[in-house]
Amino acid sequence: MRNDKDEDAPKRQAIREQIDENLKRVYAAALNEELPDRFRDLLAQLKAKGESGSDGAE
Amino acid sequence: MTASAYPDPRDRLAGAIPKLRAFAISLARDVSRADDLVQDTILKAWSNIEKFDPATNLDAWLFTILRNTFYSSLRKTRREVQDSDGFHAASLSVKPAHDGRLALQEFQKAFDALSPEHREVLILVGASGFSCEEAAGMMGVAIGTVKSRASRARKRLAELLHLEDGEDMFSGTDGATQAVVLRSAKVGF
Repeated sequence: MRNDKDEDAPKRQAIREQIDENLKRVYAAALNEELPDRFRDLLAQLKAKGESGSDGAE
Repeated sequence: MTASAYPDPRDRLAGAIPKLRAFAISLARDVSRADDLVQDTILKAWSNIEKFDPATNLDAWLFTILRNTFYSSLRKTRREVQDSDGFHAASLSVKPAHDGRLALQEFQKAFDALSPEHREVLILVGASGFSCEEAAGMMGVAIGTVKSRASRARKRLAELLHLEDGEDMFSGTDGATQAVVLRSAKVGF
């Protein structure tokens, strides 16, 4: 469905803007998901392990 | 000891997690799967931290690890996904409308119906503010490929949402219905 006439350009631009605006909302919604504690705990564990010597054995 | 000009990048991981996780959710469209991806990425980043060049963008480095992890697990599980329609089934089973303005939900359905590659490029260049050049580096492709893939992905979204004929963007649920149908068709390969 080629429809690349010049008069369509503003419409395509408007569609693109709508899409990008909604992409930002999708991404923002993902950003607003509550962060679980597991990552903070994981980093703390990794850090503790590193400080007690870089031996990875549990 | 890392070079004194830069703080230990490991101390910056915590601050990078929200964005990393948003990217993971955008790619996987499933929060628990996304969280597993983030966890794997943190572990890989931590144990490979000496490979990170502190003069470069930490977010981009982490995003790269995450998307590579995502695609390699996707390749491994593609057969299972075919059987069950996998992680997409849950999000697609949400009915969009009581009616009225559930525009974002409609859009998200269409977004879910895209291939992961299309979701990725749109999030990287359309939403999370990376340049095409940075996205190309992360995706391991040429800049021109990023641009053409982003353009095809936008076009695909517009089709799924029936935007080509100038209708109001979210005037009905047909887009979502078609998205589901097309998604099912696409799962077949």
